[in-house]
Amino acid sequence: MNGFETFLATHYNTLVVLACTSLLGATSGLVGTFAILRRRALLGDALAHAALPGICVAFMVWGERSLPIMLLGALVCGVLGVLIVSFLAWATRIKEDAAIGAVLGVFFGAGIALSTWISKATPTGSRAGLDSYILGKTAGIIRQDVYLIAGVSLACLVVIALLYKEFKLATFDRDFSRVQGWPTLALDLLLMGLIAVIVVVGLPAVGVVLMAAMLILPAAAARFWTDKLGTMLALASGLGLFIGCSGTLASAQFSLTPAGPVIVLVGSAVFLVSMLLAPRRGTVARLVEQWRFNAWLRERLQRPGEPLPEEMP
Amino acid sequence: MSWLHAFLADHDLAAWTILAGVISNASCALLGCYLVLRRMSLLGDAISHAILPGIVVAFLLTGKLSPGPLFIGAIAIGILTAFLTQTLHSFANVPEDSSMGIVFTSLFALGVFLLTNLARNVDLDPGCVLYGAIEHIPFKVDNDGWVSTFATMGLALVGTLIFIALFWKELKIASFDPALASAMGISAMLVHYLLMGMVSVVTVAAFEVVGSVLVVPMLIVPAATAHLLTDRLGWMMVWSVVVAVLSSFIGYASAAALDQTSVAGMMAVAAGGQFALAVFLAPRHGLLAKVFHNLSLAMRIVSEDLVALVYRTEELSGRSSDRSLSWRQCARAIGGGPVAWLAVPVERRRGHIRFQRGWVIELTNEGRRKAQSLVRSHRLWEAFLSEYFQLPLDHLHEPAERIEHFIGPELQESLAAELRKPEVDPHGREIPPE
Repeated sequence: MNGFETFLATHYNTLVVLACTSLLGATSGLVGTFAILRRRALLGDALAHAALPGICVAFMVWGERSLPIMLLGALVCGVLGVLIVSFLAWATRIKEDAAIGAVLGVFFGAGIALSTWISKATPTGSRAGLDSYILGKTAGIIRQDVYLIAGVSLACLVVIALLYKEFKLATFDRDFSRVQGWPTLALDLLLMGLIAVIVVVGLPAVGVVLMAAMLILPAAAARFWTDKLGTMLALASGLGLFIGCSGTLASAQFSLTPAGPVIVLVGSAVFLVSMLLAPRRGTVARLVEQWRFNAWLRERLQRPGEPLPEEMP
Repeated sequence: MSWLHAFLADHDLAAWTILAGVISNASCALLGCYLVLRRMSLLGDAISHAILPGIVVAFLLTGKLSPGPLFIGAIAIGILTAFLTQTLHSFANVPEDSSMGIVFTSLFALGVFLLTNLARNVDLDPGCVLYGAIEHIPFKVDNDGWVSTFATMGLALVGTLIFIALFWKELKIASFDPALASAMGISAMLVHYLLMGMVSVVTVAAFEVVGSVLVVPMLIVPAATAHLLTDRLGWMMVWSVVVAVLSSFIGYASAAALDQTSVAGMMAVAAGGQFALAVFLAPRHGLLAKVFHNLSLAMRIVSEDLVALVYRTEELSGRSSDRSLSWRQCARAIGGGPVAWLAVPVERRRGHIRFQRGWVIELTNEGRRKAQSLVRSHRLWEAFLSEYFQLPLDHLHEPAERIEHFIGPELQESLAAELRKPEVDPHGREIPPE
C-alpha cells in the first residue's frame, strides 16, 4: 500500500485533473447523444457563449471568485439566452439559426465587455481569471471541482436512467409521444437543462468553444459503431471518458497547455478513426461493400437469364 | 472643411478607432444579409472560428500580419470549412449541425493549440486575436502598422462591394430560389462557395478590429435587424450598414464612457440593443406592430358583426323594438371579450349605431347600409356554396360567417352576377340589395 499511497501523493494534481476531465467527457458523451439525435448539437455552443456575461455578473455581485456562484450565474444566463432564442424563433420572422447566432454573439460581446471592465476596474479581478472560461484552464482544477462534476454527472445519469424510455420516444417519434400524452415540451426542457448544466460545469476546464466539441464528438463517433440507442449511450460515455483521459495525459506529458484544445484534438482523431474504420457505417466498410456489390453485379450481368438469388448481396 | 480638420485633430483617437470599426462592421453587415436570408448564419459563425489556425499559420510563416497571405489563407480555410461540413454531411451521413460543429470546433481547437504553444514567443497575443484590440489601432497610425491594418480592412470592404455589385443578380436568385438558379444555368454551388470565400476574407480583415470571435455578432445582428425593417433586399443592405455604423459609434462612445472596457464588446452590445428595439418597434414585423395589427383586425371584424347582429334582429322583429338589444347582450353575442365590449362605443363614435332610451342599441342609416352590405355578402356566399357545391343547409352558415368580412364590393358583384342576381338565400331570407 505504501507504493500506492506515494503514487497518489506525487501525482495528486494530475489525478484530480484526470478525474475531472474523464467524468466531464463521459457525461458529455451521455448527454450529447440525445443532443445530436435531436439535432440540437450547436445548442451547447450557444449556451457556452451565452453563459459568459452570467459569470461576470455573478463575480461582480458576489465580490470574489467563487466557482459555484459563478457557475450558477453562467447557468442562469445561458438558459436565459436559449429561452430568448426560442422566443425569437417563435414570435418574429427571424429564423432559428439567425436567432442562435445573434444571441450567442451579443451575449458573448457583453461578456467580453464586462470581463474587460472587471479586469481593469477592480483590484480582485484579473483578465486571466475570466479568460480561463474562454480557453479553459485545467491547471486550476481542485478537489472540490471534482466533487461538483461528480455530483452533476451522477444527477445526469440518474435522470437519463429514470426517463430513458420517455427520452427515447420523444427523440425518435415526437408526434407519437405527444399523441400518447407524454409531456413532450417538459421533456425537451429537461434535456436542455441537462445540456446547460453539463456545459456550464465544463466551462472552467475546457472553455467555451471546446465544450461544444465535447458535447458533439464522442456521440458522433459512437453513432458510427451502432444503431441502438442504449449501446450508443454507453459507447459515447466510454469514448468521452477515454478522450478526456488521454487528452489530459497527453497535455500533461508534453506540457501543452491549456489542455482543452488537446482534448478536443484527441476527440477529433477518435471521430476520424470511427468515421473511417467502423464496420458497416464506416467509410472504408462502405467502400468495400460498394466494390463487392459492383463486382457481383458485373459478374451477374453476364448471365442475364438466371433467376435472382433469395438474398441479394 | 477646416472644422473637419479641427475635429479630427481634437478627436484623433476616436476618429481612427471609429473609422476602423465602421469599415470592418460595414463589410460584415453586407455579407451577413445573404447569410441570414439563406439560413446560413451559423456557417458564418463556424468560419469565423475555423479561420483561427489559418491566421496563426500565416503569421508563423510570414512573421507579420500582412494582407496577402492572410487573405489567401483565410479563403482557403473558409472554403475548406464549408467543403468539409458538406462532405461530412453528404458522404458520412453525419447530420448537418453536428458536422458543422465537428469541423469548426476541431479547427478552432487546432488554432488555439497552435496559438498558445507555437506562437508564444512571437508578437501575437492570444487575447488580441480572439477579442480584438481596436484600441491599439490609433497607435499604429503613427508607425507602419496602420498601413497594413487599414489596407486590409479597406481591401475587404472594396472587395465586398465589388463582389456584390458584380454578382448581384446571381446572389439574389441563388439566395431566394436555388432551384430556379440551377435551372437558369447559374451554379448555386459556385455562388455558395464564392460567398463563403468572401465571408472568410471579411472575417480575417475584421479580426484585428473585433477579433475572430466577435465577428459573429457583426455578421448576423445588423442583417437580422434590417430583416425586421424591410422586405426588399436592397433596402435590407442599406439598413444593415446603417445599423453597423451606428453600432460602431455607439459602441465606441459607451466604451469610452465606461472607461476601461472592450470597444468590440460594446459594439456587439450596441448592435444587440438596436436588434432588440427592432424586434419590438419595427413597423410591420415588430411585436408591437403585430399586436396592434391583430387588435385592429379583431376590432374590424367584431364591429361588423355588431351592426350585422342589430340588423338581423331588426329583420326578425321589424323596426319596432319588440326585441331590444342592450350593450351587454350585444357584446356577449359578438364574442364577449374586451374587444367586443369596446366595439359598441367605437361604432357609436363612427355613427353606425345610437343609443335609445335605456341603453337600447339601434342602427343609424349609415350603420344599416354597412350591415346590409355585410349580410348581402354572407347570404350571397351561402347561395354560392349551396348551388356550386351542393352543401346541405346546415353547412352554409359557418363558412359564410368567416368569409363575409373579406368579400369586397367587386367580389360581391361577381357573385351576384354568377348567381344571376338572386333575391333570397338558401334559407329563404331576403338578400339585401346593394
